[in-house]
Amino acid sequence: MTALLATEGLTMRFGGVVAVDNVSLAVSERELRCLIGPNGAGKSTFFRCLTGQYRPTAGRILWRGRDITGLEPHAIARLGIGIKTQVPSLFDGLTAIEGVTLAVRRKHGEREARRRAMAALERLGIGALSGALVGLLAHGQRQLVELATVVAPEPDLIILDEPTAGMSAEETAGTAALIREMNRDHAVIVVEHDMQFIRAIASGITVFHQGRVLVEDCAAKVLADPRVHDVYLGRPPTPQVVVPA
Amino acid sequence: MEDRRTLLQAVLALLAGGVAAWWLPQVLELFAIINATVYVAMALLALSLALVWGFGGILCFGQAAFFGLGGYAYAVAALNLPDTTYAIPIALGVPMLAAAALGYVMFYGKVSDVYMGVITLTVTLILFNFINSTAGEEWRIGAAPLGGFNGIPSTPPLNMPGDPGTALTPEQIFVIAVACLAGCYAACKLILRSHFGRVVTAIRENELRAALLGYNVRLHKLAIFAIGGLMAGLAGMLFANCVFVSPTMFSLAYSGQVIIWVMVGGVGTLLGPIIGAMLLQALTAWAGTLPEVNPNLILGLVLVVAVLAIPRGLQPTMATLLRRRAP
Repeated sequence: MTALLATEGLTMRFGGVVAVDNVSLAVSERELRCLIGPNGAGKSTFFRCLTGQYRPTAGRILWRGRDITGLEPHAIARLGIGIKTQVPSLFDGLTAIEGVTLAVRRKHGEREARRRAMAALERLGIGALSGALVGLLAHGQRQLVELATVVAPEPDLIILDEPTAGMSAEETAGTAALIREMNRDHAVIVVEHDMQFIRAIASGITVFHQGRVLVEDCAAKVLADPRVHDVYLGRPPTPQVVVPA
Repeated sequence: MEDRRTLLQAVLALLAGGVAAWWLPQVLELFAIINATVYVAMALLALSLALVWGFGGILCFGQAAFFGLGGYAYAVAALNLPDTTYAIPIALGVPMLAAAALGYVMFYGKVSDVYMGVITLTVTLILFNFINSTAGEEWRIGAAPLGGFNGIPSTPPLNMPGDPGTALTPEQIFVIAVACLAGCYAACKLILRSHFGRVVTAIRENELRAALLGYNVRLHKLAIFAIGGLMAGLAGMLFANCVFVSPTMFSLAYSGQVIIWVMVGGVGTLLGPIIGAMLLQALTAWAGTLPEVNPNLILGLVLVVAVLAIPRGLQPTMATLLRRRAP
């Protein structure tokens, strides 16, 4: 079966630095995949290659078998890919409803777009903020508005770069539940390094290390893998011997 | 509700234009009417930059290039064609195509904002120097000598459509200028309320997000830049009809002044730059009558004071004050 999104030998070099090194990865329809790794592992560069912000130095990106390497971000979004960036990328001068409506307006008329935008904001639990100027919202609220912007057009694949960055514990738990819910209808790729969040959404995990794929498996196996502990989580503390009094 | 408000504002602009066009020619003398037409043409130039900069987010330091191209295209076409009415589409088309060509190079060439300012400024200065060096007899297009530093003093005014023998009077040209300004203001309002206009405004807010929603950022920027070029060209054509075309239309002074008009009027507004252009022109003209004062010094002083005292510009500040006073 053809993967929804696949990369073949994807490589991104910046001069002598190889940020992404020969990465091959495939995500199928309605799959939930987490990309994890320590800082500098190449996750964000890989994300930018997938979303058209960087043109890869080598390799291919395939969407349902079609080569989309080098397409502009707007052309990639038009394929049916919803993208959330690490730092909330929003229209600060517009209200939440205006911004989310724009996300849907490309496919629908004004009234229907507004209805869908409102539905997306309510789905995220921020319907009450629809009239608020986005630039004045708190960081966590901005993350949710961006998620609403991504979800509203109902894309086939949603790519989220650190969706819980700056969120409270409550908002993080809510976002984990929301991502699981989104995954019922859409394939989702989550780039994250919050392990609690990764455990909460318990999905297939690809671990990046020094630009390469180190391990790729289900959450339970990856989190128990000693190589992952070595490069990312650190060695578990040696059990202390408790001397009975 | 918003759409109704926009429609109302557009209708009000047309009505205000109608009243000004009907009333002013009755009370003003000929010289004042010609001067008023220049003011209206400059206000239209300011409106073009207000759209491109205030809503498209493109700081064009060379809006005067399209203003000059509109004027020169009109003058050359009017001298070559039997009916000056046919020169109108040429006067609009040439600056619009020039803006589209320059915009294509800048937006598709991924030129950053700072360099965009430098490039637009350079283009207008190149045109200024080029037109200045066309004094020789060999520099003519058909029946139109480009005239170098002297410009084209023999620029014929518009005539009655279909009747080349009847040239329009300065009063009639003033009416046309006011109609063009009111019409362009109304058109800008409607453009900005349309889906295209909202996308353009969204791109100004955040280019990356607009692209990630599937909007072609470069194409939208190119389109709004070309529309701005067309409007500046129309202003140039009106200017050519009440004064005459000369290289100063491309000068650094015009390029700089139009930015000051928009800043003082309020970036991100349409009415503010129109008011700013008219007020500052009146002020500069008055300062020009004072033998001991340099008008540019006054203009610079106004800019400094405006930036410090009303950083958002005239229109937003006035609107805030009026809202506070309202019960």
